[in-house]
Amino acid sequence: MADHANILAVRDLHAYYGKSHILQGVALDVNEGEIVSLLGRNGVGRSTTCKAIMGLVEAHGDVTFRGRSVTGMRTDLISRAGIGYVPEDRQVFPTLTVRQNLELGLRRSGIFGRWNFDDVFRLFPNLQQRQNNPAGVLSGGEQQMLTICRTLMGDPDLILIDEPTEGLAPRMVEQVGVLLAEIAKRGIAILLVEQKLTIALKISHRLYVMGHGRIVFEGTPADLDADTSVQREWLEV
Amino acid sequence: MEIVLNPLLNGFVYGMLLFMLASGLTLIFSMMGVLNFAHAGIYMIGAYVAFDMSRLIGFWAALIVAPLVCAAIGAGIEVWGLRRTHHNGHIAELLFTFGLFFIIERGVQMVWGMLPVPYRVPALLDFPLFRLYGVDFPAYRAFMLLIAGGMLLAIRLLLTRTRVGLIIQASLTHPQMVSSLGHNVPRVFTLVFAGGCYLAGLAGVIGGNYQVTEPAMAASLGPIVFVVVVFGGLGSLSGCFVSSIVIGMVQTFAVSIDGSLADLLGPIVAWIGTDNLAGEILSIPVSRVGPLLPYAMMVGILMFRPRGLMGTRDT
Ligand SMILES: Nc1ncnc2c1ncn2[C@@H]1O[C@H](COP(=O)(O)OP(=O)(O)OP(=O)(O)O)[C@@H](O)[C@H]1O
Ligand SMILES: [Mg+2]
Repeated sequence: MADHANILAVRDLHAYYGKSHILQGVALDVNEGEIVSLLGRNGVGRSTTCKAIMGLVEAHGDVTFRGRSVTGMRTDLISRAGIGYVPEDRQVFPTLTVRQNLELGLRRSGIFGRWNFDDVFRLFPNLQQRQNNPAGVLSGGEQQMLTICRTLMGDPDLILIDEPTEGLAPRMVEQVGVLLAEIAKRGIAILLVEQKLTIALKISHRLYVMGHGRIVFEGTPADLDADTSVQREWLEV
Repeated sequence: MEIVLNPLLNGFVYGMLLFMLASGLTLIFSMMGVLNFAHAGIYMIGAYVAFDMSRLIGFWAALIVAPLVCAAIGAGIEVWGLRRTHHNGHIAELLFTFGLFFIIERGVQMVWGMLPVPYRVPALLDFPLFRLYGVDFPAYRAFMLLIAGGMLLAIRLLLTRTRVGLIIQASLTHPQMVSSLGHNVPRVFTLVFAGGCYLAGLAGVIGGNYQVTEPAMAASLGPIVFVVVVFGGLGSLSGCFVSSIVIGMVQTFAVSIDGSLADLLGPIVAWIGTDNLAGEILSIPVSRVGPLLPYAMMVGILMFRPRGLMGTRDT
């Protein structure tokens, strides 16, 4: 993957909630078509990193997407530049139907990129069956699939997915894995935030481990698998 | 029958008028968390501008133009005012709109004076449509119903059938997610704020000559609109509609009932006597308690059901 062009470069990213210094100089890279995982324990700042990239929290430092700085840009413009974001709390629009949720993933009505309704419904027949139901009544797993697919409808080149497997039954976790593989197959880069190693080790090309607001490890799945001291100190195993 | 039917009709007309004000306020409140104190001020501007314009270009043109003026004012307030104060939190926004309300009220008083202005129903609609138990039902009231009903339908269609409507609905609950999907949420906010002010202005145009266009009109209607919003519940237009009609009815009925609880509970009161506190309270005429009722309802709902009638979250 090293020969692929860089798509996202984060340098010296700092963010604060009030006086607490949450991100303390985060740096990471994602290349075209690559699956990169960002691991770490609760509260180390993984979600804040995603939000900072998306312009949802105020941050200092430099975020470059496809060679263009997006630091300080408005969230919708960052999104339109080609970064998709799936937050950890899913945020389906509960009163809208499943189909309307997907519809709002489109940048413009009726204009499709790599993903359209048929793709989503082929992958998840459940969503098709319930396409006219309010999204609020879906199960947790279905909501997770819906939010990922909704973001895909906007045809991002890079997608940030925050803890997609959290709280899901093993069967659903597997489905998330399948979907991630499908996303990667279509050439979309993924920055996957996870807490557990389960799917991250299996599907990632590279991984970062975060601790206390900065990156404490960077390497391949094999590197991390071998490094028990990093695992013991910075991850829950 | 006659003591029920006439107030029922009037209560409904008044309720629809309240809804035109409250629907915009609910949308603004649910979406931006701003309790817009200036909202009733816009209603007032709508009425006064319509009064001036109807003398210059006629009522029908005023009906079109005055609400647009209000929408433009609303857009200006959002873009140049609220967006700045937003960074300093909801209290700052609240105080900002609070100040704005008084600026509007005093401004109107400076321009149009302290006395009511003779803003009249257009001649074309100034006739009784039908008589009901000896009371005329003015054609203008039917016209108000028509406008308000049309607006209700238009909002519904806009919110449920159009893409902008879906984006607005989604922004009511998850504005950050909506912008993460590439939609310009600040612009949606401006649109909603301007739309809310359009409706308030329109309510002023058709309500100003139904009631009286006078310097205190905003101050007297504003609190009632808040009651409607809180009572109906945040984030719910249906709740807002039901609550508008209920409050409209309550207010209309309360002033039209001459009796008191004591009349109803005659023997009991005779037994308690009217010279003690309980007896005195019971013999206060309902029409005097009436103005207090909506507020009592608001206080009650905040205490016992903070999400309102049909709200999606707590106030
Ligand atoms: N809105 C907020 N206000 C104040 N502090 C916050 C806020 N959001 C997060 N924090 C704090 O910032 C730190 C990092 O939070 P973040 O959500 O980025 O963690 P995380 O790595 O995603 O972990 P997890 O998702 O398991 O909570 C935590 O200590 C959290 O308590
Ligand atoms: Mg998190």
